[in-house]
Amino acid sequence: MLFILRRLVFYLVTAWVALTINFFIPRLMPGNAVQSIMSKFPNLQPSAYQALEAMLGVGHPGSIWHQYTAYVVDVFHFNFGTDVTEYPAQVSTLLGESIPWTVALVGTATVIAFVIGTGLGIAAGWRHGGALDRVLPGLMTLQAIPYFFFALILIELFAVRLHVFPIGQGYAEGQVPGWNWSFIGSAVYHSLLPALTIILTSIAGWMLQMRNVMITTVGEDYVIAAQAKGLPSHRVVFTYAARNAILPQLQGFGLAIGFVVSGALVMEIVFSYPGIGLLLLNAVTSNDYPLMQAIFLVITFAVLLANMVVDLIIVFVDPRARAGEVAR
Amino acid sequence: MTAVLPVSADPTARPQEDAKPGRWRRMPPKAKVGAILLGLFVLIAIIGPLIAPYDPSYGNPSPALSLHAPYAAHLLGTTQSGQDVLSQLLVGIRLTLELAFLVGVVATAVAVIVGVTAAFLGGVWDEVLSLFTNVFLVIPALPLLIILLGYLQTKGQTATIVVLAALGWPWGARVIRAQTLAIRNRDFVAASQETGEKTWRVIAYEIVPNEVSLIAASFVNTVLYAIGASVALAFIGVANLNSWSLGTMLYWAQSQQALELGAWWWFVPPGVAVALMGTGLVLLNTGIDELGNPRLRNATSASRIAGRWLRPADPTPVLAEVSQRRGKVAGFLHSFSRSSLLDETEGGRP
Repeated sequence: MLFILRRLVFYLVTAWVALTINFFIPRLMPGNAVQSIMSKFPNLQPSAYQALEAMLGVGHPGSIWHQYTAYVVDVFHFNFGTDVTEYPAQVSTLLGESIPWTVALVGTATVIAFVIGTGLGIAAGWRHGGALDRVLPGLMTLQAIPYFFFALILIELFAVRLHVFPIGQGYAEGQVPGWNWSFIGSAVYHSLLPALTIILTSIAGWMLQMRNVMITTVGEDYVIAAQAKGLPSHRVVFTYAARNAILPQLQGFGLAIGFVVSGALVMEIVFSYPGIGLLLLNAVTSNDYPLMQAIFLVITFAVLLANMVVDLIIVFVDPRARAGEVAR
Repeated sequence: MTAVLPVSADPTARPQEDAKPGRWRRMPPKAKVGAILLGLFVLIAIIGPLIAPYDPSYGNPSPALSLHAPYAAHLLGTTQSGQDVLSQLLVGIRLTLELAFLVGVVATAVAVIVGVTAAFLGGVWDEVLSLFTNVFLVIPALPLLIILLGYLQTKGQTATIVVLAALGWPWGARVIRAQTLAIRNRDFVAASQETGEKTWRVIAYEIVPNEVSLIAASFVNTVLYAIGASVALAFIGVANLNSWSLGTMLYWAQSQQALELGAWWWFVPPGVAVALMGTGLVLLNTGIDELGNPRLRNATSASRIAGRWLRPADPTPVLAEVSQRRGKVAGFLHSFSRSSLLDETEGGRP
């Protein structure tokens, strides 16, 4: 468990760095953000002015250290202040409404892409130079296409031309969000095309990496020995080769989550999907700085959380981590 | 001019001359396609604005020319406000490539400095810099980019370059650090240190030249990232929307509903241009890899183990060697990283 503890320390450091960056960004940027927000939203109360000043550190109420501690305390209470666009809504309420959408769609699609990509990678690496190996350059081209462009083309083809899928949005108009079958069905139906774009654009990366590691592993002595013993090939592939080859893959998964999430944000914007990406876009277009910063923190913490899950899986898969052998 | 030309004083001169055309022929086809594709775009970036038939911002007021499909006078048709798409594309490719190239240069320089310093100085230096690198690897870049550029009201080209470069170096630094760790312990480095070379000289003349292919690959990757990020940022409107880049073209096409209006000629060209540039860079990268490392040419399989690129032909013990060379503090700090899992344990000690 030492491994998990040490990783936890790393995530705490990262979370602290993100928090601190978030604190200093508005204080170091040129121009008076509060003034520009106030002039943009005439319906804000004067009390909001002080709140914004405190939040963004303009006008310097109190020492930097005092501001910093107050800010950290606020974040730990999920108090991100009052939203300026949808005044007097709380930023945390807006976040709470959009996070489930993103987690459900991006989370599921990423895991599916990872599983399929890794599976294909195992197959391509096992039969090095085989048919699956040769389609890889084509898949890599698919990856070079920007996420959102690919998504827009799919919308044009499947939604506008063929009417197979709906054009964007999280659920059909007239549906009221709630736990009933007609709403859930509508939500799932609307999430199919976005999920498909995430899966198709990210699958090649997983596949390539898994294939490369797999090729190396297949050449190892213990794999050859297992084959020589006459073990059935599925056993050699999964229990001997893939089990070891998947470790770098899992590490890569942790690091790539940030990229996947970033791509998914843009994807949500294309599909007008009511998740956190769309919220971020709205915050940017309306200069809603408190909301923007809260979203950054939430996304960073989500990525860190996902990384921790990956670590737990590594502990599960890698006996060295379980035994704490890395601790020296 | 004398007649003694065939016998060169420098015996290495002749093979080098021979190598030039031969090298191109021996290059893997993937890399050739990539180089040609990219060369084409660089050419367009240089001469594009000169050969653009119209001013990209000029909108022809004639209603007949609003959203006109491609024809002789407008080879790629017109936008809703009668602007020439081809001109926008020709001008936009320059801006996008220029930005991506500058980001690549700056970010790669930072990556080399951080990566080489961390690995060469080692010890606490290494761990602090590595921690720094890993932290920035995990923090998702795009939301941070959006916030930073959202605050920078000017949203000029320079701000975008600085911010993109500031968040684009960690991948390169990680890879270069790993490579430096492997090179640092080679005999020729020890030899130059023994002869009393200064540290900066060892780094600049012994270490860095041995990493040229890796640095080039890291540069190409960073350019790829910069193109993707800058286009995505412009697409969602976080850019100077008065300038013409591939991203802002897509932004205007999307915001004026090019797709819904069926104006594919407005929308598809910038997207395809980005995709082709990306493909060219990816292909070139594999080519650089294979060119710089002869082992790869036959066995193209490379895998990253403990943050290092390993090929089947590489000797395996290098891993254990490197991890043993960490000091006490460094070893302790290293055990926090996920890659520590893949370290060889010394002498079977649990």
